[in-house]
Order: sequence, then C-alpha cells, then structure tokens
Amino acid sequence: MQLWLGAALTLSVVFAAALSFLWTPYDVTQLAIAAKLQPPGPDYLLGTDHLGRDMVSMLMVGARTSIAVALVAVGIGILLGVPLGLWAAATRGSLVDEIVMRGNDVIYAFPSLVIAILITAVFGPSAVNAIIAIGIFNIPVFARVARGAALSLWTREFILAARVAGKRGARISVEHILPNITNLLIVQGTIQFSLGILAEAGLSYVGLGTQPPTPSWGRMLADAQTFFYGTPRVAVLPGLTIVLMVLGLNLMGDGLRDALDPRLRRSVQ
Amino acid sequence: MTGREIRDLNLAIGDAPILRDVSLRLEAGQILGLVGESGSGKSMTALAVMRLLPAGSAVQGAVMLDGEDLTGLTEARMCDRRGRDVSMIFQEPMTALNPVQTVGDQIAETVVIHGGSRAEGQARAADLMARVGLAQIPLDRYPHELSGGQRQRVCIALAIALHPKLLIADEPTTALDVTTQAQILDLLQQIVAEEGMAMLFITHDLAVVSGLADQVAVMKRGVVVEQGPTAQLFARMQHPYTRALFAASRHQPPRQTLAKPQPLLTVREATRTYRLPRSHLFAAPGALEAVSRVSFTLHKGESLGLVGGSGCGKSTLTRAILGLEPLQGGEIRLDDQLITPDMSPSLRGRMQVVFQDPYGSFNPRHRVRRILAEPFHLTGSPPDIDSRIGDALTSVGLDPTDADKFPHAFSGGQRQRIAIARALITRPDLIVLDEAVSALDVSVRAQVLDLLADLQGRLGLSYLFISHDLTVVRAITDRVLVMEAGRIVEEGQTDQIFAQPQHGYTQALLAAAPKLPEAAA
Repeated sequence: MQLWLGAALTLSVVFAAALSFLWTPYDVTQLAIAAKLQPPGPDYLLGTDHLGRDMVSMLMVGARTSIAVALVAVGIGILLGVPLGLWAAATRGSLVDEIVMRGNDVIYAFPSLVIAILITAVFGPSAVNAIIAIGIFNIPVFARVARGAALSLWTREFILAARVAGKRGARISVEHILPNITNLLIVQGTIQFSLGILAEAGLSYVGLGTQPPTPSWGRMLADAQTFFYGTPRVAVLPGLTIVLMVLGLNLMGDGLRDALDPRLRRSVQ
Repeated sequence: MTGREIRDLNLAIGDAPILRDVSLRLEAGQILGLVGESGSGKSMTALAVMRLLPAGSAVQGAVMLDGEDLTGLTEARMCDRRGRDVSMIFQEPMTALNPVQTVGDQIAETVVIHGGSRAEGQARAADLMARVGLAQIPLDRYPHELSGGQRQRVCIALAIALHPKLLIADEPTTALDVTTQAQILDLLQQIVAEEGMAMLFITHDLAVVSGLADQVAVMKRGVVVEQGPTAQLFARMQHPYTRALFAASRHQPPRQTLAKPQPLLTVREATRTYRLPRSHLFAAPGALEAVSRVSFTLHKGESLGLVGGSGCGKSTLTRAILGLEPLQGGEIRLDDQLITPDMSPSLRGRMQVVFQDPYGSFNPRHRVRRILAEPFHLTGSPPDIDSRIGDALTSVGLDPTDADKFPHAFSGGQRQRIAIARALITRPDLIVLDEAVSALDVSVRAQVLDLLADLQGRLGLSYLFISHDLTVVRAITDRVLVMEAGRIVEEGQTDQIFAQPQHGYTQALLAAAPKLPEAAA
C-alpha cells in the first residue's frame, strides 16, 4: 500500500519531467508580462507567475531539473561511497578501513547544506556545482551503509567458502557481498534521492543552485516570495510539489524496505 | 487434582496440519522426554501449551492443568498463567536474555509481573541464583559477562521463579558443550525432583533423554508414535520409527582404515595469537593465545578427528590450516609446501572445507551450478565443467539437473551434500569437515556419514574431522586429537582413546557425553 502510493506519486512526477522534454503547454523561456499572475483557468491550468510564465510548464521543467540534480548526486554517492564502504569492510580493522571511515566522519562532521553553500559560493552558483556539493555529502552515507552490511556478511560461511576457493577481497565483494546488499542500497538510495531534491530546492532558493532562466522548484519559491500575500498560489504550488515528491520517495523507500527486508526472506536467514 | 495433561491436541497453521491427536501425560516430580527430528512438531507442542503460537494457527484439544483447560482461557488470563503455572526454557541462552538488563532484574521481573514488590523480586532472585548454582555471581551482572552454561542457569532460575506446575524445556542443552550439558541436565533433574514440578523436555537427542527422562514420547510428523516409561520404551522399541531413530543415533558407517604412512598435512608448533584491546591508553595491548604450539600429522587417506569444547581453539586452528589466517609461530605444511594466506592457488586447491551450517554456507543468490564452480577459481575452469558439476552432484547422491536450482530449494541434509560436492569439485587431497554433521538430524546425519565414508573409500580422501560430538567422531575417524584451551592434550587411535582416555580432560569429556542404552533385541 505504502509502496504503491509512494511509487504512484514519484512516477507521476517523473512522468511529468519526461514529458517536458517533448511537450509543455507553454514555452517556459517565453515571457508574457501582459499575462502575469493570471488565475487558474482554461488558458493556464494553474495560472501564471509574475512574468506571465505558465505554472504547469514551469513545474514540469522544474521537476526535470530537480530529478536530474538529485539523481546525479545520488549516483555520485553510490559510485564512490559503495566501493569505499566495501573496501573498508574487506580490509576491516586495517589502516585503509580507518582512513576511509575517519574521512567519512570528517565529511559528516560538517553541516551539509552550509558546505554546499560554501562550495557553490566559491565555485560559482550553477546546477553542476550544486550536484557536486550534494553528491559529496552522499558518499559517507552510502559508504557506511555498505560497510555495515558487508561486515556482517563477511562473517558468514559462504564468504569463508569463497575465501577457501582462493578468492580475494575485491572479487568476493563484487560477487558475493554486493548482490546481497543491493536491497539496502536501493532503500537508502530512495531516501537520499528525496534529500537530494530538498537540497537542490534549498540551494536554488538561496540562488546558488539552478540559474535562471532554467526553472527549478526552489527558484520558483524564491521568486514567489514577493507576491505571496497577493497570490499565495505561486508559492504554494511549487511548495506542494516538493512536499508530494519527497513524501512519495519516502513512502516508496519505506515500502521497499519492508518488501526487500532480508530478515523477512527465508533464503537469506 | 494434580493432573498435567495434553489431550488430543490438534494444530494447523493455515492449511498445513502440524500436530495430530497429541496426547501426553505428565506427573509431578517427573520428566517427560519428547523426542523427534526437526519438523516433527515437538517445539510446536510446547508453544501450543504456552499459547505462543504464530498467527494463523488453529488449535483443538485440551491442555489440562489441575483440572483447568488452558486452551479455553482468555489471553489476559493466560498471561497471568505464563511464568506462574507454566514456564519455559529455550534453546539459545545467548539470545534468551535481554542484553541490556542485569540478570537479577530479569529474574525479579517475573516476580514483579505476577504481583510481587521489587524488594521481594530481588530477594527471590538472590535465592534463585543460589538455587541454580550461581551464588557466586552478583545480581548486577549483565548476560554478556556470563558463560553459555551460566546464562542457561539464569534462564532456568527465571523459569522456576514462581514454582510453576509445568516447566517446558525446549532443547535447553543443544547449544552447550558436553561437560556443561551434563551439569545443566543434573541441575534440571534435581530441581524437578525437589520442587515437584512436571517437566516436558524436548530434544532431538535420544541419548540425552535416555539418561534423564522418566517417560519418553517419540514424535514423528506431528504424531506421537510411541510413548512409555524410559527403560521399557528403550527395551521394547515397538514402533519402527523409534528403532530407526535409535539405529541412526549410533550409526557406524562401514569403513576400513586406509591410512598410508606418508604424511599429508604436518602442523608443527603452530601458534596463533590475537591482539587484545589495550586496557588503558598507554598500556601495551595484551595477547590471547588461541592456539599454542600445536603439532600433529595427518597421513594420506587418514581420517583424523579434532575434539574439544567451544573456545578451545579448534576453529582458529582450522582457519590457519585452510590458509585463511596467518600463524604467529610454527608452520603448517601440505606435502612439504608451506601453507600461508598467500599460498599458490594450486596448493589451495588441494584443500577444501565443509562447514557446519547448511543454511549459511551458500550465497542465497547463486544457483547450485555457480556455487559448485566457485573452487574452479583456483584451477581455472576445466573444459568439461558441466560434466564435472554433474559428476560431483551424482557422487553425493543428487541429480545433475539440480545444478539449476537455488540452495533454498533443498533440505538441510541435501544442502550439506551440495557443500560436500563443492568440496570435491577440485578433486582435493584433504577435506576439512568443520562440524559438518552437527546441525543435521540423526537420520540425515547417518546418511551423510555413510556418504563421507564411501567417498573416502572411493577417492582416497583424507579428512580432518572437527567436532564436539564424540559419537560422530568415534564413528568416522581413525585417530583423534583432543584439544583444550589451545593445546592438544591427548592424541591416539580412536578406539583406544574412547576405551582408555589418559588425560583428565578427555576423561571428563567422555564421562559427560550422554550415552544410549545398549541396544535391545
């Protein structure tokens, strides 16, 4: 139930984002000052913003930006964090393990959004820098999840059997450990994805993420601030979209966790 | 009215019938042994009495305790009975206690739940600790500070806190060493006699029951096939299943000594130490000698047993022999080639291993084909890999088509056969069997022992057979090493050691091992 509701919410946003590549009701780069702040109606389904841009189109393209940034950021986290975690687990107790995990602690020790703001402030505000900033903070999350799960697998007899078969740490990690921790990584990935969306919205809101004219949900919120008392709609709509997307992802993550929980599977007792 | 009786108990979970017309009669001050293999429904009988069955269970029949039917009580009334009138001891003392509560508080809890004050609870806990022979252990200790046997004593104290009329013990000694097992069994026997409670003792081990119980019931697939006074039951053994179980328990696979004089594995002064954590920041880290100066030789074609209690260092020694962990002193050689964690793949390929747990020794996501082919990593895949896999499966009594199944499609015994097939695939000289039959039911264990003896005869294998189970070691080995606290304390021909143990530890081990009564005609 949870899983399906979450998946439905998430997929509808993803679908809207995909559709925006082919078609949007209006061109989001086209300003129509005459049609500014139009109420919802047959012409503009959800009305227009202060520059006369169609809200539906803005939200669709904004979804594209948010998803792209969050997805790449999670990708960075998985691609760097998981191998680091597996490496640390394979050499548990060694210097490598110490260095990797203490390095993670260092990253963890900084408040992520503040550092993300620092990075984008130093290297210039752009979507790419936002991705890098958010991605870096995903690395320790995945490294820890991977290491923790891998450590408990390393004590299992089938791993011992693989070692007797002469396989080395790297090979065992890829062949035996990784397939058995994918569940956890998928669940963690969903949760990090939703955090990524929030982070991107946050960075864009303070003007350090996606730059105009590319629409983004956070940017829309920031723009709407001035008009909030007159037309709350322009702020509520992107806000609501962010809430629904994050809610959808979290529900999906929880649902996946229940569905894939290894403790509920007989084969992985 | 002091009757404690289970009458015509029927149990189904979903559509699967679990118990059929189980009737057991227990007497105050006596022990009823309930024997059966896994899946026979013996634990379910206990849970049905306690009314702790999984969701979806449907029970019929009666559990009479002093003229009252427990199955008819509401859950609230039943909660009041649990711990006070019926109580239970579980198999695994490691997990049956709450790790973040002191043992005193856990014992006192039972008293407090049933209406006692905290002070009464603490006082009772102190009495009980003395009662179970733990007077020297303060009440504010945590479970991890106690040994397995001590923890099981705490569980017993917990269970008898309120003098229950019926005490159920579900395999209470299976997880313990033989010497500890003997002590716990003594304690249980003494408590039952002195407190006048009735005990339902559930086990898979006929030998344990024969020495302990007043009455025995044998269970097979949810049906009690035979029950009666212990001596009488073992003397008559009317049901064929009882006879089969008895025969399997003392099964000796037909084998002859094939040992040749050439040494295959030589262990010389092997020492393995672990670093202990520093006691304070500037102290030198301590060291624990898990294996100290162990020397022995395993000859070609020989089957050598390694016996010892838990924590004696046999697993550590096994890992060193398999070249998984380095030694801190001494050396291990296979045919004069030194075994180290960095040895050549071809040397590694000459040794394989079978582990204890038939459920944990395979990657659940791999098919049998891939599991069996794993050791080929050492030698490179041969061109006839498919027929090699088929041969290996056939030689352990499975079908070549089984290669495409996942391990969870097999039973415990079949999985152990797969593990043996994996060990055979590179055609090794030495197979290390690490408690390889300990987790199996007796009838399956007998088959696997037969298989091992047969394979040894056909393929000229050498076995290093590590076990805590003396019966099994006696059945399958030519020579035995007895290990205690990291040292080999006795070594000799199996028959000789079992007949005339020299060292005190060996004598204690043998004396503690439960024995089956001599076979009846």
